[in-house]
Amino acid sequence: MSAESVFYVLGGFALISALLCILQRNPVASALWLVATMFSLAAIYVLLHAQFIAAIQVLVYAGAVMVLFLFVIMLLNLGRDAADLRGRPARVAAVAVAVGLLGELVLLAAVTPGSLSVLAGGVPGAASPLEGFPAGSAGLAAPATHGVVGAIAAPLFQTYLVPFEITSILLLAAAVGAVVLAKRKL
Amino acid sequence: MLSLLQEAAAAPAVVPTGAVRFVWLAVALPLLGFLVNGALALRRPTAKSAVSLVGSGVVILAFVVAAGVYVQLRGHPPEAPLIVELWRWIPSDALDIRLAFQVDQLSTVMLLIVTGVGSLIHLFSIGYMHEDPGYARFFAYLNLFIVFMLVLVLGANLPVTFIGWEGVGLCSYLLIGFWFSEEANADAGKKAFLVNRIGDFGFLVAMFFIWWNLRTLDYVAIAERAPIRLAAGGTIVTITTLLLFLGCAGKSAQIPLYVWLPDAMAGPTPVSALIHAATMVTAGVYLVARTNVLYSMAPLSSGVVAAVGALTALFAATIGLRQYDIKKVLAYSTISQLGYMFLAVGSGAYVAGIFHLTTHAFFKALLFLGAGSVIHAMHHAYHATGSHDDAQDMRNMGGLRRKLPWTFVLMLLATLAIAGVPPLSGFFSKDEILSAVFARGQGHPGWMVLWGMGLLTALLTAFYMMRLLAMTFLGENRTGTTEHEHLHEAPWIMTGPLLVLGVLTVAGGVLNLPGFVGGHEGLAHWLEPGLQVALKQVPLVPVEGGTETLLIAGAVAVALGGLLLGWRATLAKPIPSAREAPPEHGFARVLYHKYYIDELYRALLVRPLVGLSRWILWKGVDQGLVDGAAVNGSASFMRGLGWLGSRLQSGNLGVYVVVFLIGAVWLLRALAR
Amino acid sequence: MLIGPALLLSALLFTIGVAGVVLRRNAIVLFMCVELMLNAVNLSFVALSQVLGLGGQVMVFFVMTVAAAEAAVGLAIILAIFRHTRTVDLKNINLLQG
Repeated sequence: MSAESVFYVLGGFALISALLCILQRNPVASALWLVATMFSLAAIYVLLHAQFIAAIQVLVYAGAVMVLFLFVIMLLNLGRDAADLRGRPARVAAVAVAVGLLGELVLLAAVTPGSLSVLAGGVPGAASPLEGFPAGSAGLAAPATHGVVGAIAAPLFQTYLVPFEITSILLLAAAVGAVVLAKRKL
Repeated sequence: MLSLLQEAAAAPAVVPTGAVRFVWLAVALPLLGFLVNGALALRRPTAKSAVSLVGSGVVILAFVVAAGVYVQLRGHPPEAPLIVELWRWIPSDALDIRLAFQVDQLSTVMLLIVTGVGSLIHLFSIGYMHEDPGYARFFAYLNLFIVFMLVLVLGANLPVTFIGWEGVGLCSYLLIGFWFSEEANADAGKKAFLVNRIGDFGFLVAMFFIWWNLRTLDYVAIAERAPIRLAAGGTIVTITTLLLFLGCAGKSAQIPLYVWLPDAMAGPTPVSALIHAATMVTAGVYLVARTNVLYSMAPLSSGVVAAVGALTALFAATIGLRQYDIKKVLAYSTISQLGYMFLAVGSGAYVAGIFHLTTHAFFKALLFLGAGSVIHAMHHAYHATGSHDDAQDMRNMGGLRRKLPWTFVLMLLATLAIAGVPPLSGFFSKDEILSAVFARGQGHPGWMVLWGMGLLTALLTAFYMMRLLAMTFLGENRTGTTEHEHLHEAPWIMTGPLLVLGVLTVAGGVLNLPGFVGGHEGLAHWLEPGLQVALKQVPLVPVEGGTETLLIAGAVAVALGGLLLGWRATLAKPIPSAREAPPEHGFARVLYHKYYIDELYRALLVRPLVGLSRWILWKGVDQGLVDGAAVNGSASFMRGLGWLGSRLQSGNLGVYVVVFLIGAVWLLRALAR
Repeated sequence: MLIGPALLLSALLFTIGVAGVVLRRNAIVLFMCVELMLNAVNLSFVALSQVLGLGGQVMVFFVMTVAAAEAAVGLAIILAIFRHTRTVDLKNINLLQG
């Protein structure tokens, strides 16, 4: 079993879960299919050598955010009836927009410098696929010396310290905001 | 450009000394009077003694200043006009206009006339307007008029003169429509202002022409530069002077802009005396005399000026033959005499024109004030009996010489003066004009025709003035038996100024007695320095002694003949009173209706203009285009756009998302380029 | 190196998310589709971090954090609206119309 075949299986599962997510009538079912999508994405992250991110995906996204969603759905007691899809014009619009967007993205990929194929196969005639990309190779080699968490901690607390601090304030604001908004009486 | 600056630097700056430095007081004092009287009019209109004191006092003081200036100039005649500069008004690079007064011989003459005759009329008004509730307002306006008139005559450059020009137009409007609660009076004021405006347009365009070609607006500089830079008899000079004359025609009531003056008689009689006889209407003649350098360089324009003057003189005289309102007769007489003045300055006889201006100020003011006395008496009579007859209609007068003896004697003197009977002042001034025109006529038949018109006008003048005198003072009284007892002479405050004017009327001839009667030609010598350039271009043609005597004899004969004819013709049949008078027939009717000129103007000019304004400019452009298309239209358009925009804000989240996504896709494309 | 297929998958998931946003009327499900879109983007970042350095993974870290905060606040808003209008159907939440 090569990495690629595993990737295709997981990718396919993610796609099917996503499609089912948006097409289910029951919001709880939608939520659960989204959780499935997230799980498969987490697995794909591991394949892409982003183990820490995979862990966080499961812990935060699937474990906290989706649980929050489910809480709210339960709280509002939404049944089947409240989950109808929109009418014909909206469906047409959805398909049109989706097709347009996809086409756009594929087009983008084709015309950007260093196209996907090059990135996939590396620089032609190179010893290893990552020879032309020093930053990437450094990133892939880092877990060996510092461990998986340590590898990501270095840039997080050095280069990206300021965004880190700001994010903490953002979280504080979000917490306060959520509490205030959801109160019955101010 | 450099040469311009060099010229400006080379002009001698004459520093005025002595009384001349205070000439601005003559303007400031009446201005102070205006402010005080205006304040009194607003706060305490019943303070009549204060108003009388201030109102007349400031003008008398201004006359004292004027006298001082005259004495100084007499003792030390300056080589160049004295410029008293007050401040820099428009300092804009090459266009450097200063608020400055020019004190020279010509302006001193005008200064004395305005303040002198003005003081007398102010004193007269104390009596005449005594019972009027708007007493303080009247004196305020009258003082303001003196201010502007003095600015006009003292101005050292065209813009300052124009300030005065416009200002006297304003005061004329205010004073003509003094009793504005009567619509006819307000209309007369408007008419005066609007007709004057047409003239002012000519004045302004002429100013632009002068600036464009001579790069200066100061009289002294114009006199220096015009002969050098402009071609004598050329188009520029001709157009400029013709446009200036348009302004003069408006202000001095010549054809075709005279129509406002008869209507202006709606104002109080002192106003008619001061503004529409002695001072404001002479501003046009003054302006031509001031810019004599330009007129002497443009023979065509001078000819036009003279011709229009002569034509107006004759035309107005014929109308005066058949008017019954005493003030209207005097109004047409004024227009006619102004025509004489323009005939004079048009023929190059500037001295004669100014001389006649002076004597005319004396006897015309006397005539108007005398008429004022008469009207005052008639009003009292009608007021006492409650009658509503017209107090100014001569058909309601008659035999008043017994009731108003002083007024009668003085008006008789004035009538003799205006007719041109020696040795009164009018004879000398009128004769000088006619002989100057005759002199030009030798060899030029066109001028002879003008002389003939002038002579005929003299005959008619004598006729209608005698008619006025006869209808008012001689014969039987037609005022009515009950009113008859209430007629009385005016109080001394009114008769006093009449006496002074009477003396001036009789003795005024001494100002410029011609050589052959042993005189010194004082005025001619006085004004000569200012006229040197003009006289070089158009020298005065002397008349031989023999012809001169013949002319004088002829003029006297015409005057006496006219008087006699007028007397006999008027008193031949009994005159019906205004109520019983039959309507006019034939040519007399045309004269009575002033050749229907007003009606002609209304049909040709006023109606189309009002129609254009109402239907095209108001309904079409203003309401349709501006209101409809521009204002409301743009508002509707914006509302439409807004409605379109509001469709986007449907509140429907799905729509928002789709729009958002479309935008995002678009952005991607743009960024990927 | 699985970059190509990963990016393609990311594009597909994103498009599915977009379609979901346009299609669904329930506000909460709409929100979930937005989360799907965010996940797709995270996948892109991670895929490219293999060649362009660990900055990609840091970015994913931040995206997840912000998404969590956003989910909290957004759901609080939906709760408040529900208390007002007793529905989360987007058709009825149109008070912002102009």
